[in-house]
Amino acid sequence: MSMDAVFRALADPTRRQLLDSLHARNGQTLNALCEHLDMTRQAVTKHLAILEVANLVTTMRRGREKEHYLNPVPINEIAERWIGKFERHRLNALSDLKQRLEREEP
Amino acid sequence: MSENSFVYVTYIRTTPEKLWQALTDPEFNRQFFLCSYQESDWRVGSSWKLIFPDGRVADSGEILEIDPPKRLVIKWRNEWLPEVKEDGYTRCTFTIEPDGELMKLAVVHEADGPHRLIPNVSKGWPLVLASLKSLLETGKGFERPPSKG
Repeated sequence: MSMDAVFRALADPTRRQLLDSLHARNGQTLNALCEHLDMTRQAVTKHLAILEVANLVTTMRRGREKEHYLNPVPINEIAERWIGKFERHRLNALSDLKQRLEREEP
Repeated sequence: MSENSFVYVTYIRTTPEKLWQALTDPEFNRQFFLCSYQESDWRVGSSWKLIFPDGRVADSGEILEIDPPKRLVIKWRNEWLPEVKEDGYTRCTFTIEPDGELMKLAVVHEADGPHRLIPNVSKGWPLVLASLKSLLETGKGFERPPSKG
C-alpha cells in the first residue's frame, strides 16, 4: 500500500483511462469496463489488478457480479502530503478560476 | 452496476479497538471528521446525528447494525440541503478487517435508487478517511474545516 505503488499504477495511460471510466460510472463489472477499451479482457484484468494493489480500485461482490469502484483515498493521502492547510484555500480558488475560464467560449 | 454506491477503502496501521474508538467517540471524531462529530448511544435502533462544528445537524438517522469493533451500519439522511434531504435515506456501512498488521477500513455509502447525497459525500469521504489515517498513524488529523464544493 505504498505511495510508490500508487504512482506506478497512475503512470500508465490505460490505467488512468480505467479510472476515468469508473469516475464517470462507478461500480462497473469487468465486462462493462472492457466495452469501452480496445484491449483484451486479460490485459484489462492485469491493469485492474495493479490498480487494486495500489488501492485505487476496490471491488465488491453483489450476487454473481464483481463490481469495481474508484477509491480516491490514496490520491487524497498524496495530496495532503504536500498541501498544507493554508495552501488548500488558495489552490481551491485557483482551480475554480481555471475551471471557469476554461469553460468560457472564446 | 451500481452507480448509487461509493466504496472507500483505506489501510491504517492501528488496532481494531483504536479504530473503532476513533469512529464512535465524539472527541476523536472532531480531530478527523472535518471538525464535525457524531452523536449516538451506539445501540441498534438508536438515533444518530452528525453535528457541524457550529452545532447545526448535518445528517441524521439511525443505527441499523453494530458489532464492535468490526461492523457498523447507519441509516443516513442529509438534513441541511433541502433538495438532498428530499431524496430520503441512504445506508452507510463501515467494516474493519485486520490485514496483517494493518486494519482495512471500508466505507460503503449507498442508496437504493438515484440519490443526490451519494455524489455529495464522494468529495467528503476521501478527505475524512485520509485524515483519520493521518490521525491514527501520526497523532494528527487535518486541522481545517471542509473545503467548499
